[in-house]
Amino acid sequence: MTPGQRRWVFLAGMAGLAAFYLWGLAGLPGFGHYPGPYGDIINRVAVAQTKATGVVSAVNFEYRGFDTVGEEFILFVAAAGMSVVLRQLRGERERDPGAQREDWQIPPASDAVRLVALIFTGPIVLLGWFLVSHAQTSPAGGFQGGLVLATSLVMIYLAGEYLLFRRVSPVAVTDAVEAVGAGGFAAIGVTAVALGLPYLKNFLPLGSAPGAVSSSGTIALISFFVGLEVAAAFALIVGELVEQTLLVQQGDR
Amino acid sequence: MSSSRLLAVVTPYTVPAGLMDALQVTLLVLAAAAATAVVLSRNPVRQVIVLSGYGVLLAVLFLAFQAPDVTLSELTVGSVVLPALLLLTLAKIRRREK
Repeated sequence: MTPGQRRWVFLAGMAGLAAFYLWGLAGLPGFGHYPGPYGDIINRVAVAQTKATGVVSAVNFEYRGFDTVGEEFILFVAAAGMSVVLRQLRGERERDPGAQREDWQIPPASDAVRLVALIFTGPIVLLGWFLVSHAQTSPAGGFQGGLVLATSLVMIYLAGEYLLFRRVSPVAVTDAVEAVGAGGFAAIGVTAVALGLPYLKNFLPLGSAPGAVSSSGTIALISFFVGLEVAAAFALIVGELVEQTLLVQQGDR
Repeated sequence: MSSSRLLAVVTPYTVPAGLMDALQVTLLVLAAAAATAVVLSRNPVRQVIVLSGYGVLLAVLFLAFQAPDVTLSELTVGSVVLPALLLLTLAKIRRREK
């Protein structure tokens, strides 16, 4: 095929794509005009039904909790896959974290970066736990909170403390926490089944006051387990990459 | 459609609709510009930093479109975790090239 012919094939494809795209755009509902029934129904009944004022969390962990289990296991499998792909291969060896070599010296973090990272680590941990434990009352939730918790580990690493990073999140511990997080979510669903209810049905007392931290039954509990899962999964992923970058050498150069 | 209008709540913090539209349009244009800037950055390290700024911008965009939960996720993933992973990868590649 000559370049000229190729251009025509490309242009024909692009024209078709543009036509379908514009056709689709023309059929969209107006901006801000939601046509479906479910959003309006959920808005009306969610707080009364679940006693959770964080309606997004109520949707994620209650109305479509089954979808969320699947999403959580996507992350679980991704982190597991990362560990498998980045395992220590034949011909690779890890250097002693304490030892510095002439050809590869890890440049120390600048004082400014260290200071900012150290100042923010504590507040970030606090914010993370706040988010994980307040899914039922606010736009917080286990996913956001777990990510913020994992960010605090990145901060520790940025502060130049690789060894501390590993001490705070040893692989065995992050593995276990991740498994507990993923398993806990699924186990809540199975517990409901054991009680003769549908999978993931909210079986805990909902509490009386919407917006109280103790309200909403399993929504708060699921958010906690999701927080554990997400924090551990991201700690594992970042940790693997840090190790690949700093410690693993190819062959015996 | 009409029922969601009825449910609209006006609080002392409610921004006039016109002002909110202006804010949303501004943020959409800025996001498009920032995305283009990410693509046009040729130096990978600089590209990661621009990407991180783009993540912050997207987070503000989600906030303006009333999705504070997505804002929190985007803020951590887009501006911290993803750039950190990319920078670590770049460091690894650079080391191997030496």
